[in-house]
Amino acid sequence: MLGKLTLHVLPLYSPIAMSGAAMELLGVLFIAALITWFGKWRYIWNEWLTTVDHKRIGIMYVVLAFVMLFRGFSDAFMMRMQQATALNGHGYLPPEHFNQVFSAHGTIMIIFMAMPFLTGIINFVVPQQIGARDVSFPFLNSVSFWLTAAGAALVLTSLVIGRFTTAGWTAYPPFSELPTSPGSGTDYWIWAVLVSGVGSTLTGVNFVVTIIKRRAPGMSLMQMPLFTWAAFITAILMVFAFPGVTVAAALLGFDRFLGMHFFTADAGGNAMNYINLFWLWGHPEVYIVILPSFGIFSELVATFSSKRLFGYVSLVYATMVIGILSFTVWLHHFFTMGSSADVNSFFGIATMVIAVPTGVKIYDWLLTMYRGRIRLTSHMHWTLGFMVAFVIGGMTGVLLAIPPVDYVMHNTLFLVAHFHNMLIPGSLFGLLAGYQYWFPKAFGFRLDEWWGKTSFWFWFVGFYVAFMPLYVLGFMGMPRRMDYYQNPAWQPWLIVAAIGAVLIAIGILCLAIQLVVSIRRREELADLTGDPWDARTLEWMNASPAPLYNFAVVPEIHDREELAWRKERGISHDAPAHYTPIEMPCNTSTGVLIGGAAFVLGFAVIWNIWWLAILAFAGVIAATIVKGSVPEEEYTITPDQIAALESRGSGPLLGFLSPLEDERGDHSTHGLLNSIGD
Amino acid sequence: MRSLYRVVKNLLPLNINLSRAGALTAFMAMALPLAGCTGSSDYPVIFPHGPDAITERDLLFIAVAIMLIVVIPVFVLAVWLPLRYRASREAPDYDPNWDHSHRAEVVIWLVPALIVCAIGSLVWIYTHRLDPYRSQMAEGKPVVVQAVSIDWKWLFIYPQQHLATVNELVLPTDRPVSLRLTSTDVMTSFFVPGLTSQIYAMAGMGTRLNFQPGPVETYTGRNSLFDGKGFPDQKFPVRIVTAENFKNWIDTVRKAPLQLTPHKYQMLSKSGAMPHPLHFSSADPELFARIVKGEHSAASMIVSSRSK
Repeated sequence: MLGKLTLHVLPLYSPIAMSGAAMELLGVLFIAALITWFGKWRYIWNEWLTTVDHKRIGIMYVVLAFVMLFRGFSDAFMMRMQQATALNGHGYLPPEHFNQVFSAHGTIMIIFMAMPFLTGIINFVVPQQIGARDVSFPFLNSVSFWLTAAGAALVLTSLVIGRFTTAGWTAYPPFSELPTSPGSGTDYWIWAVLVSGVGSTLTGVNFVVTIIKRRAPGMSLMQMPLFTWAAFITAILMVFAFPGVTVAAALLGFDRFLGMHFFTADAGGNAMNYINLFWLWGHPEVYIVILPSFGIFSELVATFSSKRLFGYVSLVYATMVIGILSFTVWLHHFFTMGSSADVNSFFGIATMVIAVPTGVKIYDWLLTMYRGRIRLTSHMHWTLGFMVAFVIGGMTGVLLAIPPVDYVMHNTLFLVAHFHNMLIPGSLFGLLAGYQYWFPKAFGFRLDEWWGKTSFWFWFVGFYVAFMPLYVLGFMGMPRRMDYYQNPAWQPWLIVAAIGAVLIAIGILCLAIQLVVSIRRREELADLTGDPWDARTLEWMNASPAPLYNFAVVPEIHDREELAWRKERGISHDAPAHYTPIEMPCNTSTGVLIGGAAFVLGFAVIWNIWWLAILAFAGVIAATIVKGSVPEEEYTITPDQIAALESRGSGPLLGFLSPLEDERGDHSTHGLLNSIGD
Repeated sequence: MRSLYRVVKNLLPLNINLSRAGALTAFMAMALPLAGCTGSSDYPVIFPHGPDAITERDLLFIAVAIMLIVVIPVFVLAVWLPLRYRASREAPDYDPNWDHSHRAEVVIWLVPALIVCAIGSLVWIYTHRLDPYRSQMAEGKPVVVQAVSIDWKWLFIYPQQHLATVNELVLPTDRPVSLRLTSTDVMTSFFVPGLTSQIYAMAGMGTRLNFQPGPVETYTGRNSLFDGKGFPDQKFPVRIVTAENFKNWIDTVRKAPLQLTPHKYQMLSKSGAMPHPLHFSSADPELFARIVKGEHSAASMIVSSRSK
């Protein structure tokens, strides 16, 4: 009845894992209790969980990303503390726990932190930036989100029920095969990746179509803002790359569940096939997480330099070139496999070629600042910090792309330092800057600048203190993923790295404080114009928060930086003569039900509860067929309603309780938020 | 392909074995602060002794030096521009619509492209020169060693001498080494920092690593690819010794009481990490080939016992 589920699946093997599980459960219970206390279940369900509004889905993605950032960082912190203390002994984490921790850290940070974060920002921003009312397939968008959330939920569940994989976030076979990795861990990984991977593929499809079909009249491709371009290329990469990892994980699942031999060590299996497939996704994935941030930086540099973006055409072509080349370099993840010198040279040189468009981008941003009027807000701090840190990562990346250098650096902490040096400044700094930049567009008030800058400095300094020692440890020949070690010369550097982790922890704490402080001071920080940064692109033409239909009248586009163009001519806020009715899709619970059923399906298969798996699978299929067979329900917003909503203007949390009603002066209903402050 | 390689090789004046001067300057600048903390032997990648590892280190420093051409201006500009053009200074040369310059575009595309051409040429030449599979030009008959990665130790078979060791690799300084590698099941990576390149060991496949051992020296080798809970213990001493000491060592191993019988091999594959080296006075020279074919894998033993 319950498959392999028994009481032994509880994390009784390690008191630390147990307390982690307890904390996770308490967190869930606490949130549920809060919602119950304020009587908001119906509101959460009607307005958020079942929504098909791209802005709300975007916000939910970012919330998911922050939750997973907290979890993924906790793992990182535990690893740094372990390695700082584990000379000649086992530190405080037993190997079976430490090995889960580094596997979970990588999986979470890439697939369940960076991916939801960038997908959330793309979701929130792109339709507003191209003058659209929503994405092309709003319901599909909801399904994508809930599949991602289901995958994340599977990873979180593995802390409480069973274990997570110890095979690393890449789950390389043959180690991840049944003989060497028995138990639920790798199965959790497979199902989390499968379920969320389908979600990401669908997101990719949705945004390719949205950007091609939904641009406002007059906006040619070469008039799209650079963030939209970055999102476009990212979406294309998602469509082409994600099937690779989905297939790899599925075949690994066939090996494990059905006794097949795709990647096993014996019976004709070949692990290198998995590794090729995995990195055919894995390398484009690096650009999937970095390109949106490049787009964000492009927006920020132009806005906060009060100047047109320099080298737009170059930047667009550089983004395309990066997108194409990202599919030609995957072999650099395993130069040491023993392929011929010709093959290794080809992939080494192809990898370096990517440094050219990337360097061009950096110089285009620098030239955008040249002869500008630069406002050094927190956003610019993240941007400048990114440039200074990222070029170091780029340099070490080119080093690792030289096969003979890779022969002595592969699998060492030098490699770990390199990719964190790309992903923390390159991806995370951009996403955090984007979060602080578009926050007022989502909630109608800005985030506190002082806490934003403080957070930046802790992140920035903490990043150097945490990762520069890892470069040094690479020169010392220390491999990655060591639970303990016997070389005393390594320890001082590992202690320095642990101090860096503490600094980053303070940086994350500052982000949390920033949010709380800003909610308390929301009236002071209110964005009353819809354009708090004197920005240059279309999304800032709307009120903040934007009304649910984004644009009352779809604007005509004249320029790449449409809002700046209109402001120059003094026509940025001309009210249209009259409104026409707007049709919007109704909310639907099908998305959340499909996500829930996918979670149950994954969980049931992991624990061999076959009747439940069949039921859940049938549920997913049935829901899809039913939803696909009935005409999409829509409702009409009348011109009178539009006029009322347009006259509402900007301000903190306007329209948050119910998007069709005017909430000004009715903030008392936001019990949850008010309980934080006031 | 080969002729193209020869053309490139002849065109570029790279027979000077990577301008030593440049390498040395960069290397001193970097090595000094490091050496201040601990001994240079703690930094095998920076202070290598193996000929391949030395070239690899030099290549690293030369590439860094070339890349600094684009990296340093970024540092300078990323600090100078925001100060020079900060809004509060209200610089009079503010030009909000300046968004294109052919000259600047040409420079920012061309300079990185030239740098990539330069480093790319180094990549082509040195990837071929340092190919782990290349045959050694040096004098002397190569010492053949077959390395088998087993959870969590290394078995080294010396087929020419009909002996084997576990977790100890001894090589003579005066002869090239021809290493063949495989694994019993999980994938691992053979890595001796400071001596030579790293290469994977994979079940069902034999990889190669040919190199010159360089001067008399002792290294720590290990598996660098995570393979389970004994991973940190999968290390072994590597000793490069004189020809005479190598002969003596061979004689010592010949006197060892243990012999690597199929039964012993089966026990080895089950026993986990091994803190001290083991010597086997005899070993079947065909054993390695059989392991590659999978005839000795744990899984195939189960299959064959079932089929009985």
